[in-house]
Amino acid sequence: MSSMGTTTFEIVINLVKTVLIFLMMVQAVPILVWLERRGSGFIQNRFGPNRVGPLGLVQLLADAVKFLNKEDFVPDKGNRFLFYAAPVFALIPAAVAFMAIPMSTPLTVGDSTFLIQGYEVNIGIVFILGISAMAVYTMLMAGWGSSSKFSLMGAMRAAAQVISYELALGLAIVGVILVYGTFNLTEMIVAQQGPLRFSGFGFDFVAPTAFLPNWGIFFQPLGAILLFCAAFAESNRLPFDLAEGEAELVAGFHTEYGGFKMLMFFIGEYGHMMIAAGLMTTFYFGGYGIPGWTTQEVYAAGLSMFGNETAASVFNTAIHFLSFNIKFAIFLWIFIHVRWTLPRFRYDQLMDIGWKTMLPWALFNTILTATVIFLASQYIIG
Amino acid sequence: MPLGGIIFIIFFIAVFGVILIYLARAIGGVAKRTSEAKMEIYECGIPEMEKKDTKISVNFYLTAILFILFDIEIIFMYPWAVNFREFISAGAGTYVFISMAIFLAIFIYGLWWEIKSKALDWEN
Repeated sequence: MSSMGTTTFEIVINLVKTVLIFLMMVQAVPILVWLERRGSGFIQNRFGPNRVGPLGLVQLLADAVKFLNKEDFVPDKGNRFLFYAAPVFALIPAAVAFMAIPMSTPLTVGDSTFLIQGYEVNIGIVFILGISAMAVYTMLMAGWGSSSKFSLMGAMRAAAQVISYELALGLAIVGVILVYGTFNLTEMIVAQQGPLRFSGFGFDFVAPTAFLPNWGIFFQPLGAILLFCAAFAESNRLPFDLAEGEAELVAGFHTEYGGFKMLMFFIGEYGHMMIAAGLMTTFYFGGYGIPGWTTQEVYAAGLSMFGNETAASVFNTAIHFLSFNIKFAIFLWIFIHVRWTLPRFRYDQLMDIGWKTMLPWALFNTILTATVIFLASQYIIG
Repeated sequence: MPLGGIIFIIFFIAVFGVILIYLARAIGGVAKRTSEAKMEIYECGIPEMEKKDTKISVNFYLTAILFILFDIEIIFMYPWAVNFREFISAGAGTYVFISMAIFLAIFIYGLWWEIKSKALDWEN
């Protein structure tokens, strides 16, 4: 199932699916913006947008209409091609990388099986890291294309920040790979099914209750913290949003942008947030798995309820999709909550945290994980 | 690798983005030149003094070079990490563990040297 299908029907469905996931990502952005503005309102003891429609939900539509009516502006001295290309390219890395994250169990209809993800990439981790790192180019394109000092400085800062935290991120993931022994995200999720179990040092430990899941967070707590912190920097969110530090750089690399082009940068930024939330869910919190029930048990329950294999498969997929989205939404909310809780770092502090604190800790995590795995296989206690 | 699907979605997103930009341009219109100052780049209200060759702190280049160095070293760990358990079960665990320990020692020495030589300091 690594290809895009064998019959024309399967190929068409798979291509439509990738488009649908992309459009779902795009339409999730206004909802997240609404959540962010309302959430910030409640955190700061004010209302946030509440006038347009119920709970202010239609505010986003009004914003989109306003964005559409903005006149299209390019500064005289700007490089027109780079200026227009940067927002278009900003959409690509986030969406393409996000599609490699499995969101639910495969859906079986008749003879065809469809994955609930854009495509399954066997080297999933490397693919996601490689593609999402391309976002640096869009920032540099925007900064250079605007030919404004503020934009260029913002772009340089953003690029230096993103590549610096890429190191801690990449090294934190080495621990994950050591634990699961695979690059494939689906295999990782399958390995996290069932109760917590650990074998090594000559004994086998299995959790007494099935509700204590076999999640990666119990094997990689330090790695999870490092990856999540690095993800904040990767997606240019507070407390790491030095790229657009309003106090000194106006708006960073998108100082000259407005209207829909600005909105496309937003979609890219929120897309990176979604990748980070999806990766946290997949690596450390069992992906679409449900604590207490394996996918086979849910499928069997569906089969006994509906007595039909297709209906059972749809039930299985829907339940696991819900499970994935609950975990996913919790991480997205943490992103929003942290943004309105912590102040911004200074730039030298930011670089010091990346290079002198997180990179050594990630190294320590890698060495510790490898040593424990090695010793657990070599020595017997008691 | 589902290369066809990936290429398809990249082109789809690119076309989607271009259409969005043209749509916004068609509805909102192109910026009219009502004054020279409007088309200038933003510079706090003073007359623009922009040159293309804006000077950038050398620290950015240092960071980029060091990033490439360390990132390649980290990427070297990936194949080792993914095969570590297989090597252990094949009986070559000690050899692989000690090889990577030597590699990591060089990595840590390099990082320590970079920090000590103040290549990563931004305060000056």
